[in-house]
Amino acid sequence: MQKSIKKYFPIFALPTLAAFTIGFIIPFLLGIYLSFCKFTTVTDAKFVGISNYFKIFSDKTFGHALWYTAVFTIVSVLLINVLAFTVAMLLTKGIKGTNIFRTVFFMPNLIGGIVLGYIWQLLLNGILAHFQKTLTYSSAYGFWGLVVLMCWQQIGYMMIIYISGIQNIPGELIEAAKIDGATNGQILRNVTIPMVMPSITICTFLTLTNGFKLFDQNLALTNGEPSNMSELLALNIYNTFYGRTGFEGVGQAKAVVFFILVALIAVGQNYLTRRKEVQQ
Amino acid sequence: MKKKLVSLMLAAAMAATMAAGCGTNNGGAGSNAGTDDKQTEDTDSSDDKEEAGNDSQAAASGDGAVYYLNFKPEQADQWKALAETYTEQTGVPVTVETAASGTYESTLKSEMAKDEAPTLFQVNGPVGLASWKDYCYDLKDSAVYKNLKSDDFALIADSGEVQGVAYVIETYGLIYNKKLLADYCALDGAKIKDASEINSFAKLKEVADDIQAKKDDLGIVGAFTSAGMDSSSDWRFKTHLANLPIYYEYEADGITSTDAIKGTYLDNYKNMWDLYITDSTVESTMLSSSTGEDAAAEFAMGEAVFYQNGTWAYNDIKDNEVADEDLGMMPIYIGVEGEENQGLCTGSENYWCVNKNASQEDIDATLAFMEWVITSDEGRTSFRDEMGFVTPFTTFTDEYQPANPLVAASQEDIDAGHKTVAWCFTTMPSENWKNGVGSALLEYAQGTGEWDAVVSAFVDGWASEVQEVSE
Repeated sequence: MQKSIKKYFPIFALPTLAAFTIGFIIPFLLGIYLSFCKFTTVTDAKFVGISNYFKIFSDKTFGHALWYTAVFTIVSVLLINVLAFTVAMLLTKGIKGTNIFRTVFFMPNLIGGIVLGYIWQLLLNGILAHFQKTLTYSSAYGFWGLVVLMCWQQIGYMMIIYISGIQNIPGELIEAAKIDGATNGQILRNVTIPMVMPSITICTFLTLTNGFKLFDQNLALTNGEPSNMSELLALNIYNTFYGRTGFEGVGQAKAVVFFILVALIAVGQNYLTRRKEVQQ
Repeated sequence: MKKKLVSLMLAAAMAATMAAGCGTNNGGAGSNAGTDDKQTEDTDSSDDKEEAGNDSQAAASGDGAVYYLNFKPEQADQWKALAETYTEQTGVPVTVETAASGTYESTLKSEMAKDEAPTLFQVNGPVGLASWKDYCYDLKDSAVYKNLKSDDFALIADSGEVQGVAYVIETYGLIYNKKLLADYCALDGAKIKDASEINSFAKLKEVADDIQAKKDDLGIVGAFTSAGMDSSSDWRFKTHLANLPIYYEYEADGITSTDAIKGTYLDNYKNMWDLYITDSTVESTMLSSSTGEDAAAEFAMGEAVFYQNGTWAYNDIKDNEVADEDLGMMPIYIGVEGEENQGLCTGSENYWCVNKNASQEDIDATLAFMEWVITSDEGRTSFRDEMGFVTPFTTFTDEYQPANPLVAASQEDIDAGHKTVAWCFTTMPSENWKNGVGSALLEYAQGTGEWDAVVSAFVDGWASEVQEVSE
């Protein structure tokens, strides 16, 4: 057995490895190199050192996008997880039509971000029109619009993860707690939540990185209007790269900073929530 | 054993996908089935280019291929049809791609980085040229340059290199509905008796305000179409309307471009913008999501009298409520002294450039294609009938002028002896500057910002953008 694994290792690993190299490692390294260059198209880059990185800090929109993204991520992570967990709790109580509910809640996740963005733009603008306003009237409208959209899209997905976590809790634990006279609140706090910690790790990780990397929905819903005030980081990078002549390198530099940021946050979050997980 | 077989098949499937993936990337030597990632109309042409020499079709038609990245979505289909005709006649493959509205620069950037880069592309003027000048083939000896009516329509570097050639001349102003305006003139207490009486900002404002007050009598929604600040429409104001204060400042100072705009005529700009957003079909708080289509539809359906746009808008408004003979165009008066003689704004922001990094065969093929477009009957009739272009080429004699009533209106304006306003907006420092002004305009319009912000975006933004871009 051991021997045959060795023998077939290249057959199994090589295609994926090659795909990973072509699709990820090479563009990634090229991207880092380009962040030190001045260029119009990626094939004629000229090395200029770290001046691109200095330009990031003189760009006010980047700071704003960073702050705006951070707030958005915090709000959306909290809302999505709390709501998804609540829905998961409700749908594990064995009420009638559970499967239908689960399916319905999960469905928004099957629609692509751009499409969702335009659908919600229509819906929200339709409501705001009664007040003679539109989504792009101010960045607050865009912000809450985006939060609503993301909740709608992601709650179903996170709910599925929570449901599987909740279903994995051994029945005798809860039974024992009940016999000991624990209230529902105590069961939730001391049994259920610690037992679904792995799910919480995954869900916070997913919502956190999704929030930070959000692009399609932002592009379709408000496109950063008004005045780039509803622009999240990813869109800001895109607009810098494509929207400003001579700023392609700066866009790349922003992307590198963005990568480091997301990596740090994701690793940190993983470490923090992992510690809280209990072995079953 | 069975398990082994399954895993082997899986691995084979994976390997096959990989191979297929690589195959498409490399142009799939020998495979004609390879789908092209650019979704070209005729997939063959790009394959031919790669395989020139060993492909019989390419060999028969001589070397070289043309790949035109078209800027104007309005004419996407017409260009494709024209390219097909050319391929039928000469056998030279011509691919025409059109970037979606507002994405030309980003499309060009990614297309240029490919092996099969566009051989023919567009820049929008001196500022657009700045980022692409290293890619421009010298067109000095080309037929398109030699047939140009004047050097004003070419982008010529200090070294004398002809880097770009304009292929269409356009005119914009205040398009108006002659019938609705006549209806207004017939009303009791109308401020004017004939449309020709409007020859200054004061008069225009008087009339527009009055039309707005009597909109129910006239059966319209507003005097002006919505001044939408969605990206499909905001260029009408942050670029085209902004041209007028810049033009007058350049005139007053006797210059043609500047590193630091003074904003002498910004108050006039404000007056005009106020007029647009007050005497409008929509509440000014709704402007951020109003699109170019909205404005075109309002005008085409006879809901508004005035519509700031240009000759290119004819395609969007024809065959609707507004009859062709009711289409008129008047200059955009912003209240500058002596504006009675001001004409419409005429110029070009569509310059053809040939990619000098393409192979010599492709460059030759491209130049031949361009020549064919402006000299052949097919090319010229397509320009006249389908695309409706007015061109700066001598080959377009009188019978090749398009039947576009807005073009006729611009000719009338010139005949009336008005002084044409140049397109100074091609000297605006960058797209980012325009966006800054546009955002400030919007915030001012919806009441969330002050006019000072527009002034600052206009004047300070100009200086800082010039500096950043030159770095």
